[in-house]
Amino acid sequence: MPDVAVVGFAQAPNVRSTPGTTNGVEMLVPIFAEVFERTGLSKEDIGFWCSGSSDYLAGRAFSFIAAVDAIGAFPPIHESHVEMDAAWALYEAWLKIRMGEVDTALVYGFGKSSAGQLRRVLALQMDPYVVAPLWPDSVSVAGIQARLGLESGLWSEKDLAEVAARSRADAAGNPAAQLSGTVEVAELLDAPYFADPLRAHDIAPITDGAAVLVLASAERAADLVDSPAVITGIEHRVDSPALGVRDLTKSPSTAAAGRALDLDGVEVAELHAPFTHQELILRDALGLGDQVRINPSGGVLTGNPMFSAGLARIGEAANRILDGSARKTLAHATSGPVLQQNLVATLEVLS
Amino acid sequence: MSCLAGKSRTCFTRNVSAPELPLSAPLNVGFDYTRSVGPVLGRFVNALRERRVEGVRGSDGRVHVPPLEYDPVTAEALSEFVPVASEGVIVSWSWIAEPVDGQPLSRPFAWALIRLDGADSSILHAVDAGSPASVHTGQRVRIRWADETVGHIRDIAYFVPVDGPDTEATEAPPPVAKREEGAPVSVVITPIHLRYEHSASPEESRYLRGLAEGKLIGQRCPSCEKVYIPPRGACPTDGIPTTDEVELPDTGIVTTFCIVNVPFLGQKIKPPYVAAYILLDGADIAFLHLVLGCDAADVRMGMRVRAAWKPRDEWWTSLENIGHFEPTGEPDAPYESFAHHL
Ligand SMILES: [Zn+2]
Repeated sequence: MPDVAVVGFAQAPNVRSTPGTTNGVEMLVPIFAEVFERTGLSKEDIGFWCSGSSDYLAGRAFSFIAAVDAIGAFPPIHESHVEMDAAWALYEAWLKIRMGEVDTALVYGFGKSSAGQLRRVLALQMDPYVVAPLWPDSVSVAGIQARLGLESGLWSEKDLAEVAARSRADAAGNPAAQLSGTVEVAELLDAPYFADPLRAHDIAPITDGAAVLVLASAERAADLVDSPAVITGIEHRVDSPALGVRDLTKSPSTAAAGRALDLDGVEVAELHAPFTHQELILRDALGLGDQVRINPSGGVLTGNPMFSAGLARIGEAANRILDGSARKTLAHATSGPVLQQNLVATLEVLS
Repeated sequence: MSCLAGKSRTCFTRNVSAPELPLSAPLNVGFDYTRSVGPVLGRFVNALRERRVEGVRGSDGRVHVPPLEYDPVTAEALSEFVPVASEGVIVSWSWIAEPVDGQPLSRPFAWALIRLDGADSSILHAVDAGSPASVHTGQRVRIRWADETVGHIRDIAYFVPVDGPDTEATEAPPPVAKREEGAPVSVVITPIHLRYEHSASPEESRYLRGLAEGKLIGQRCPSCEKVYIPPRGACPTDGIPTTDEVELPDTGIVTTFCIVNVPFLGQKIKPPYVAAYILLDGADIAFLHLVLGCDAADVRMGMRVRAAWKPRDEWWTSLENIGHFEPTGEPDAPYESFAHHL
């Protein structure tokens, strides 16, 4: 089976709100052009297209259909969609190449979180019988998860603020980031609670955005870019949707996905943690020690475009290989409430 | 953006260089989420209607409330029901200072995971505690039942501290499906209401603003030169935004059509009538509209039609400004001239 490599990644600016449509066309058209430019490919060269987005975010049925215009979908193309973060669309595209059906694929995700009330819309990801009818907002549920760790001594409010401060400092090097800059931990801890025990800095900002990533078989990839980022492992696992059954201070599905991979020698990890405490849960689940550089892009605490943020983690992890600054990186994506579903991938220099 | 009288033709060939903000408007979506409950959740909601709580025993002996249909460890189907108490202990909580629509309380409250006495897992629900200072992990709470129970999770209105008084419910429980008098609840209904601010694309906004002035504005793809009306955020052939503005006439042809014979709820015209794809002269894409002003049986592919505009004081940013299209009486367009637009 052919190996699969990332050969190009681009993302739209992570912004609090765009004046554009919920179908993402305005955000997607420029970043498609960017990856074509970078890889020398054109739309005629792409064997398979796959996207991730959400009708609930857009407030429209089949909302992903209009986005297909951004591709230039005539003559007809080979296309698919997941109602999840586009990291899972990448998984589908990865399978297509592994099976030898195509040797290139373009994966994209988009979302206009600002069109509705994000934390309320996300309640509809929960169990539709006994949870969603209560409209538990995503921030409050994460607050319950954070308190479990705070009160059991797994982490402190200061630990959480340190994650936020480090993320914002790192985001200074990321032109797409929504938040960046130097902040003092003590200053963050002086802020009032947004959803006790969470403060604003613990919560990823509401973000509109889009991301696109181009995959190619390793053989094809070698002709396209100098150092393709080969996906040497990709796994995803799911925890129970029943919140009260899980130990919310842990992420068994992330741990299981990580165990199925060879994580030795990972230099950089891009973790999809929309809340500060979730970064700590993920680091623990993946056994990432202090030698691993976490979220040099600033991570989603500095910009969290729904349904493309997980894909962007894979893109950021790939960029470290593509630019020659790392030899082995890890990417993690999550979908669903409080780290319910998790995907982990390793990327390495083509040997 | 205005243009002088008498120069409007040249005005419409310009590129839009200083675009106005796209049009946007509130979009409110609502539906009743209707679901059948099955034997496990059915038993749970029917017990709630009688103000009792039942859990289910998992394969490892743990009792789960709310009950799970399948074991979270082994995926075995579960069926051993266990009654549990209507009071228990807070396992963890967060405070919501500004509740959002649809939540169990419209005053500030705590979200909590609550382990009911006799259960091993916990239920997510609201606690009416007044302020964050009066909530703590380990606190004992009890169910405040809805005034009227219907067989739905919201029969539990929220929780209150065990020793506290019942407080005033702020939300009525959602409706439940119709059922035979005395028969068990087999379907639950949850009303879903979502509010959005919907934005049209810059291209669509130009088109909609044009309609308010009685103009039909299409845009041309700079690559393949096809003219789209309504204009698109991107040409589906080339994937680039359509940019060059083209004012189109209100005449065209019927490319294809159907005769609507079926009456339906909300129908505005008495059947039979014709819904047709209209290809305006100079456009490369047809849009759907009505053809009236002749017998439905006389409508043909290739028939020439003209817009029948509503009175000017009824115009707004909508294609509804054209009430319908009607035949011009000119000779039909030959099939070959529109075959590639079908
Ligand atoms: Zn074109």
